[in-house]
Amino acid sequence: MDFALMLTSIPDLLRGSIITFELVGLSMLLGMILAVPLALMRVSHRLWFFVPSYAYIFFFRGTPLLVQIFLVYYGLSQFDQIKGSMLWPFLREPYWCAIIAFTLNTAAYTGEILRGAILAIPHGQIEAAKAMGMSRFLLLRRIIAPQALVLALPGYSNELILLLKGSALASTITLLELTGITRKIIAETYKPFELFLLAACIYVLITFVLTRIFNWVEHHYTAYRRPPEEMEAQG
Amino acid sequence: MRKAILLLTLALFLASSGPALAGDVLKIATEGAYRPFNYVKPDGTLAGFDVDIAHALAKEMGLDKEGYEMVIQEWDGMIPGLLARKFDVIVASMSITDKRKEAVAFTEPYYYETGSFVAKEGADLEISKEGLKGKTVGVQTATTWARYLEGVYGDVVDIKFYDSVQNHNLDLKSGRLDAVLATSFYMSSWLESEEGQGCEIVGEPVSDPEYIGEGVAIALRKGEKELKKRLNKALDAIIADGTHKKLARKYFSVDIYPYGKK
Repeated sequence: MDFALMLTSIPDLLRGSIITFELVGLSMLLGMILAVPLALMRVSHRLWFFVPSYAYIFFFRGTPLLVQIFLVYYGLSQFDQIKGSMLWPFLREPYWCAIIAFTLNTAAYTGEILRGAILAIPHGQIEAAKAMGMSRFLLLRRIIAPQALVLALPGYSNELILLLKGSALASTITLLELTGITRKIIAETYKPFELFLLAACIYVLITFVLTRIFNWVEHHYTAYRRPPEEMEAQG
Repeated sequence: MRKAILLLTLALFLASSGPALAGDVLKIATEGAYRPFNYVKPDGTLAGFDVDIAHALAKEMGLDKEGYEMVIQEWDGMIPGLLARKFDVIVASMSITDKRKEAVAFTEPYYYETGSFVAKEGADLEISKEGLKGKTVGVQTATTWARYLEGVYGDVVDIKFYDSVQNHNLDLKSGRLDAVLATSFYMSSWLESEEGQGCEIVGEPVSDPEYIGEGVAIALRKGEKELKKRLNKALDAIIADGTHKKLARKYFSVDIYPYGKK
């Protein structure tokens, strides 16, 4: 074990972790924005809402993330029309290609998670709200959204962890995020055990912090499920 | 039932632990993505100069078809794989460098290489610190060329590292890269192929001995002195009897080994 190498590599790996953070953070935000309409379309009974959303989710859940990354990075750059378009300054950069692929991928999974959460809301509540004359939007805002978002939390934290680990695949398109930097140092030192172990520790640490945050948020928003005494004890 | 599961688990365990031992079979690793040196043919078999040399050496060493096996290993896991005993020798166009010598042992060189910068035709690129300033250059990670690029142009060039030569060539074609640096033999054969149309070699071949090392050789674990001796003897023999030259002529029009001069 080369502990000296592990110590001297920590700053490099942390620099890589920042890019990993950016990739996961941005894709998570953009993915969420896409996922909400996807989930609503998915639970709709209208064919022209339901079918495109179903097809989208089916495609992105049915293909490996690596293939999606390659499709965006190497695939799109094959076409001269794309290289001539105004999208090229973005698609030229591996950074944006990774974000596009991750966003599209996580949107599909998050959409399914939200759909499950929406369907888990007791139908009686929706009927009651309709009977009271709530509009569709009010129903969504007051009854469905507040409950569904909380119900989706455990599944969503799981998806986020998967996305974090999936972000390692960005190293295959020359991005020097955590795994990319690790592989580069290994290429120079031939010490895979020390460096992959160090990278694994950093991933575990990030995952740990993420789960803590989600546990806290979930606890906070599920206060209504706990008996009143406990709530009072908490202040 | 429980007994059956136990037996099944045991059987699976035994089955999976079997191939991990290299045993008596000499395992020869190559990359399979480095035409014309080593590549996978459409039918799935390996071909190329390295592969031919490996077969010729095995034959010279008196190994029959059951006595050795060629395996494919990705480039950046090549030396770690050797050290982890996944295979016993590397015949994959690996240059002898001081850094690698810290980790593995090498036989005598079986060819000598130079590097070439390749850019799109008409890119008007000058290979110098000024000419490459601010340019993006692609290179395969963990290669002699990656070290050369970092060492000589690292402060002025934006270097992108790829896992294979094919991938940086794709990005050269797509316009993400201004140039790539790789082995001259590889690049000249790529330029002759259909994919290489529209690109050209720029500047003089790179042959800086500080980076290029002492030629391309077969790598093996340190301490395997007997195997190294056998490989060197076989190498001498195929060079002396003309087999080496005959194989090289299949792929290259110039001499890649100084026959008779050493």
